[in-house]
Amino acid sequence: MAEIVASLSEERIAYLEGLVSQARTAAAVFTQYTQEDVDRIVKPMVLAGLEQAQYLARLAIEETRLGVVEDKALKNMVATEFVYNYVKDKRTVGTIREFPERGVVEVAEPIGVIFSLTPITNPTSTVLFKCIMAIKTRNAVIFSPHPSAGHCCYEAVRIMHEAAVKHGAPEGVFTCLESQTLPDNAYLMRHKDVGLIDATGGPGMVKAAYSSGKPALGVGPGNTPVYLEKTADLNMAVVDIITSKTFDNGTICASEQTVVIDDEIYDSVLQKFSDLGAHICNEKETELLGRTVIDPKTGFMQPMAVGQKATDIARMVGLSVKPKTKLLIAPIQGVGREYPLSVEKLFPVLAVYRAKSVNEALTVCVDVNHAGGIGHTAVIFSRNDEVIQKFSELMNAGRIIVNSPGSIGALGGVYNDMVPTFSFGCGTGGGNSTTDNVNVYNYLNIKRVARRTQAHMWFRVPNQIYFNMNAVENLRHFPSRSTVIITNPAMEQIGHVDTVRRHIPPETLVHVSVIPDAEPEVKVVMQGVEALNFYKADQIIALGGGSVIDAAKIMKLKYESPEADLEELAAPFLDLRKRVVQYPTEKVTQARLIAISTTSGTGSEVTPFAVLTNKQQGRKVTLADYSLSPDVAIVDPQFVMSMPKGLTADTGVDCLTHALEAGVSIFASPYTDSNAMQAIRMVFKFLPIAYEHPGDEEARTMMHNAACIAAIAFSNASVGVNHALAHAFGARFGVAHGRANALMLPHVIAFNAGVPTKFMPSPNQRGYIAHKKYAMVADLLGLGGKTIEEKVENLVAATEQLLDRLAIPRSIAELGISKEEFERAMPELVKIAFDDPSWRSNPRMPLLSELAELFWSAYRGRSLPTMAKASQPQTAEEWSCV
Amino acid sequence: MTSNGEWLEIDGERVVQGLQAAREALDSAHSDVVLDFSAVRRIDPNALRAMEKLAGLADGKAVKVVLRGVNVDIYKVLKLVKLTPRFSFLA
Repeated sequence: MAEIVASLSEERIAYLEGLVSQARTAAAVFTQYTQEDVDRIVKPMVLAGLEQAQYLARLAIEETRLGVVEDKALKNMVATEFVYNYVKDKRTVGTIREFPERGVVEVAEPIGVIFSLTPITNPTSTVLFKCIMAIKTRNAVIFSPHPSAGHCCYEAVRIMHEAAVKHGAPEGVFTCLESQTLPDNAYLMRHKDVGLIDATGGPGMVKAAYSSGKPALGVGPGNTPVYLEKTADLNMAVVDIITSKTFDNGTICASEQTVVIDDEIYDSVLQKFSDLGAHICNEKETELLGRTVIDPKTGFMQPMAVGQKATDIARMVGLSVKPKTKLLIAPIQGVGREYPLSVEKLFPVLAVYRAKSVNEALTVCVDVNHAGGIGHTAVIFSRNDEVIQKFSELMNAGRIIVNSPGSIGALGGVYNDMVPTFSFGCGTGGGNSTTDNVNVYNYLNIKRVARRTQAHMWFRVPNQIYFNMNAVENLRHFPSRSTVIITNPAMEQIGHVDTVRRHIPPETLVHVSVIPDAEPEVKVVMQGVEALNFYKADQIIALGGGSVIDAAKIMKLKYESPEADLEELAAPFLDLRKRVVQYPTEKVTQARLIAISTTSGTGSEVTPFAVLTNKQQGRKVTLADYSLSPDVAIVDPQFVMSMPKGLTADTGVDCLTHALEAGVSIFASPYTDSNAMQAIRMVFKFLPIAYEHPGDEEARTMMHNAACIAAIAFSNASVGVNHALAHAFGARFGVAHGRANALMLPHVIAFNAGVPTKFMPSPNQRGYIAHKKYAMVADLLGLGGKTIEEKVENLVAATEQLLDRLAIPRSIAELGISKEEFERAMPELVKIAFDDPSWRSNPRMPLLSELAELFWSAYRGRSLPTMAKASQPQTAEEWSCV
Repeated sequence: MTSNGEWLEIDGERVVQGLQAAREALDSAHSDVVLDFSAVRRIDPNALRAMEKLAGLADGKAVKVVLRGVNVDIYKVLKLVKLTPRFSFLA
């Protein structure tokens, strides 16, 4: 293309630059116009076009010698009146569309200068159409008409420009190349001030437009297949096809090219064509026609035939036809080079094919579609919706016209409600960027103004929670035919199972399934499911700590939905609402799950989470879904009165971790905050008492309630990086969950309170607030401190003091894990912690290196990570808060 | 339009004439010429061409043309035709 441009003289370049400068100035000035301004201009332009429709049609016919003057006049009217009818109420300036429920507004930005190529077949109508679109969208256009239609197009541009400027459009908004040449087009297509090329023309020109490197709207060639199916209204179909194919002597590229007719109706259809003025060619005539109007070398139509009358073509070929013959119909037996008439023919020659079956008919239509018409137009006449649907799926066409004429149907607005156009996008199949009926929206840069939206949040808890001493008595409210109690050996030993049994209605058959006292494994879960199936349970009572209740949740899931794939359900996700894997909703059976917690920490009796251990892989997976939540929770402190001291400490710190992590979570809300803060206060006050005085009923009750309340908070706000670290570490080194959490906790508080290296996207929060939340906790606990930093430090110190008081080891090293062993485990620990979904709600996104640093801080113990000491850069007032 | 030495107020209804006067003022200007656009709501292609001419003339005479009070719609027009680097702007 560079060589072509180089052939331009300096004078010619100056001329072209003048056109661009004029258009650029007009386009720039146009940006100041309002919607009312442009609408005021468009209407008189349309009226001017309508007034001159016949005049321009005559000019076009005189110059191009193609088509029919009446039809060209009609096209000019459609290009003005119908297009106006479509655009008149459309907003194309400023805000053009609003989606208040999504907080999105679309704002129009003009393109600027459009370089527009117009065809010989529809010269003036295309100009009128594009001028109206350009004014409506505040763009300037430089027209480059087909060389054989220059004068009529120039005149159409002049009429439009005069009307537009008279009513306020900027001078120079339309210009038209006089006597364009290929180098002119090449130069303008590559001009830096041209924003868009709109090429309605031959394939070569469209290809040149797309090759220029500029954004372009192109129109591909057509080869419209028509399926005339046996259920169609044949009289309507035949008239429509003749109307369309003879319209402007077939120059519209969407017009019918090959009609595939079902065998049953073939003869009758041809008779109808004949009755209405078509000449049905015999074999010899068809052969002669194909040889004459299609170039045997290229396989494309001969230009001399384009837009000519059927009788003139017959004369050209040497066929003897009646004087008023409208259409030449040529039966063909296939598609391809052996059947020359199976290609595009922009003149009133129509190929027909007799199909023995629907399948054969559709196959031939596919062949025609792919013989030069991909992306353009296809037509079907049928009353059979299934066939219409199949045809629509098979045809690669931007427009599939049903029971109406192809050419006029594709133009839109006459036979259907498609957008009126004179430019058919043909999609990628046709080498175009769009399949649209090109319209005003293709002449705009549409800007999306997206306002911040607040994600919907939730607060979900089990339907019924019974708490305080002897709450287990409420079991009598739950009728059941067959109940399976899932528990562990210790519960049987202590007598808790008997206590529970006493409160189950006597008519219920009760079975006890004892599982090992450890975090659940798949094998254990499946044994439980077998028991549930065997006893046809309609109620499951989980009696135990977090492990037992988690096991029961998963058993219920597999019992109700045996197809559930636990590995798949544990797939990672970022946002619960948008997760890829959905939990099963179809259930083969249903059972009520009642959870009775015998520890005061996990809160599993109310949470939608369950942890499953894979010992072989040395990892835990977390299942999370509200369908896992127990139906009923019983928080009865009688079951925790005999908890050993170590377990009291570990589970109590687990509860504190839940509350602290829920408090700073990106999903924290006023609903969860109230629960989180209350739980923290209760833990700091009552955990030391419950630990030091295990028989203190009040302390036990409060800690049991605290665990449930903290769990309500984190069920809805989720947890954070502390849990991700603890899951990885606990599984790798066999450390109980609560203790693993405790080892990480002070380090995580300090980490989250520091300035994040990476912020976690959190649309529901205004600014980073984790450090402020911790300061609020410090205030709630009365820890003192003047600045946020001091308060956070005091909270860390208070947490450490609490852990000391509970005799919890303060470093991983104290557990007897050597530095070398820990170092060896580190890559895997980091990987597993990063894969853990728990941190997705952490306020600070942990980098892999930061996870490693946190592990090492926990290994070393007391010395807090240096990154946590990052200064607080703002005062409390400077931070926004929920 | 009123003239105050090298400070010219451009009448919003007669922008081209105002710019013509500004071109004349350039002849006697030794340093800056300030054109007050506060009263100009919109410019048309003729005004834009006049501004291009003015910028060319100012370049030749090494005189700085300062546009005061240009509304943002007009500023965008100048930006689109790449005229903004050829003027100084005063709020």
